[in-house]
Amino acid sequence: MLDFSLSDEQVALRDMVRKFVQQEIIPNAAKYDETSEFPREIINKAWQTGLMNIAIPEKFGGLGLGVLGDVIINEEMGAGCLGMTTSIAVNTLGLYPILLGGTEAQIEEFVVPFLSSPKLASFCLTEPGSGSDAGSLSTMAKEEGDYFILNGSKMWITNAGHADLFTVFCTTNKELKTKGIICLAVPANLPGISLGKHENKLGQRCSDTRSITFENVQVPKKNLIGKMGEGFKIAMRTLDRTRTPIAAGAVGAARAAMNYSKNYAKERKQFGQPIANFQAIQFMLADMAVKIESARLLCYNAAWLIDKGQDEQGSYFSALAKRHAADMAMEVATDAVQIYGGYGYTKEYPVEKIMRDVKLVQIYEGTSQIQRVLIARHLLKD
Amino acid sequence: MNIIVLVKQVPDTETKVRITADKHNIETNDIKWIINPYDEFAIEEGLKTKERLKEGSVTVVTVGPDRTVEALRTAVAMGADNAVHVKTDGTLDTYLVSRAIAEVCKKENAQIIFTGKQAIDDDQAATFGYVAELLQYPSASVIVKCDISLNKTQATLEQEGDEGAKNIIETSLPAVIAVNKGINTPRYASLPGIMKAKKKEIKTYTLQDLGLGSETSKTLDSDYQLPPERAAGKKIAGDAATQVKELVRLLREEAKVI
Repeated sequence: MLDFSLSDEQVALRDMVRKFVQQEIIPNAAKYDETSEFPREIINKAWQTGLMNIAIPEKFGGLGLGVLGDVIINEEMGAGCLGMTTSIAVNTLGLYPILLGGTEAQIEEFVVPFLSSPKLASFCLTEPGSGSDAGSLSTMAKEEGDYFILNGSKMWITNAGHADLFTVFCTTNKELKTKGIICLAVPANLPGISLGKHENKLGQRCSDTRSITFENVQVPKKNLIGKMGEGFKIAMRTLDRTRTPIAAGAVGAARAAMNYSKNYAKERKQFGQPIANFQAIQFMLADMAVKIESARLLCYNAAWLIDKGQDEQGSYFSALAKRHAADMAMEVATDAVQIYGGYGYTKEYPVEKIMRDVKLVQIYEGTSQIQRVLIARHLLKD
Repeated sequence: MNIIVLVKQVPDTETKVRITADKHNIETNDIKWIINPYDEFAIEEGLKTKERLKEGSVTVVTVGPDRTVEALRTAVAMGADNAVHVKTDGTLDTYLVSRAIAEVCKKENAQIIFTGKQAIDDDQAATFGYVAELLQYPSASVIVKCDISLNKTQATLEQEGDEGAKNIIETSLPAVIAVNKGINTPRYASLPGIMKAKKKEIKTYTLQDLGLGSETSKTLDSDYQLPPERAAGKKIAGDAATQVKELVRLLREEAKVI
């Protein structure tokens, strides 16, 4: 039988994160947005509360919670601040390649330490010249004795300035295209790694975003995650698992935008009555609700498929979820600003920040256009 | 040290209260239930006490229908070691609730009992006193600091008075200590805690099990009434001088504040 209810533990998780967001994230969101300071203290509290690294399997001392757990956490955090959500959630992106492609010894060495202190991991795929066309990356890993010698640059790397570990996708032979890509676990303290400046972004301003340059970085061969040539597959399988939680963050942000504008519409009076009495406003609110509820269902469905091990369907649904959630959140946030009118355009009210923040969801972890490519490829494949 | 924390499940502070047709209770369908916020301070104080003493166990106790188990699970997710549920149907008055709690405290060999200074639903601030009386323990309320002596037989308590006044109380243990906001910052139920709480076995008693099968409530809430609707604001007409005069008159004669 079809059952849409969350389990008792999932409800407890949601309520706990909601409380965390109300007490720790919402009161600080505007401040961190303004200063674009890294929310280290809040990340540490999120780690302490167990909201990070939940995918680490029980046999390694983790919780082994699936994608649905991250979806629940991210929707709640996204309702507070999408910038903090990104910085808190990106460990999942950084560690999944190792969980999916690594040996037990590699998981012990690189992932398990994340359970005992609030470490950060960054996922390094995108490059200055390779974004949506991730397969064309050109960071080189040259085999030399017991090492790979890493040279090249990565772009838009979340948490790069604070990371302890990078999972780096690079090529051993560019002519092999995606088949030449490998994944390396690169501790951030290796010599030859230099970081760019913290990017001054439109939204999600507190999330640390930088370029990274690798110059003759010696990475031990034992840090190769998966086999030679498996890197691209590992990256795609990782994104299949993180795309949906990212979409859920947008659902949360849109939900917050709807709630703020709904409450405002009940208070704001024009023509002698609350503007919520006008159909023009009511229709905007109703459309917001339709978009948010449908996007959440897609997120749950995608997470459920992946957690059940149905990777192919899950990948398809995660693209549906991300495409819909990102685009609808942008629409909802834009309408929320519209309902607030001139006030909404100022930093006195929270909706302009949401509008700036959600724009990034249409771009990162696969643009909305790339999601359509994935969706169409699935539809047309046979 | 056996640390007992008494918790009550109450409607969320944002609940829109509706009264049942017989006026003996409020409608409980669709209510989101939370742990009484003052009891959250008590849970945190229990956990902190155990951490300071580096030994002991924290047992949370509640009385109520099945739904109240959720409050116990949240407390376990925060870090409590054990949970006891006295399962009841219908509404019990403070007397009977306190009798049940006192029996549980005896069974659990309570050495210190923490609870919130009051519950935010009925604001009676009564249970801690009843329980202390029934157990013949000392009690103190509105406590914002609690230090337990190394030999665990004494506690030094700081009680909040009016306008920042403080009262320092020395008490022997066991005692019932009702805490106020400000004593600590309650931790969050952690995600690993939630997973652990799911599997935690909760000890359940009925009133019969506690030897209270023939007891009944001594009071009955007979007539709940919602607070009167707030009257609409008044607009004072006229020029500034007239308005000020009228405002002063109203403040003096109607509001009686000057």
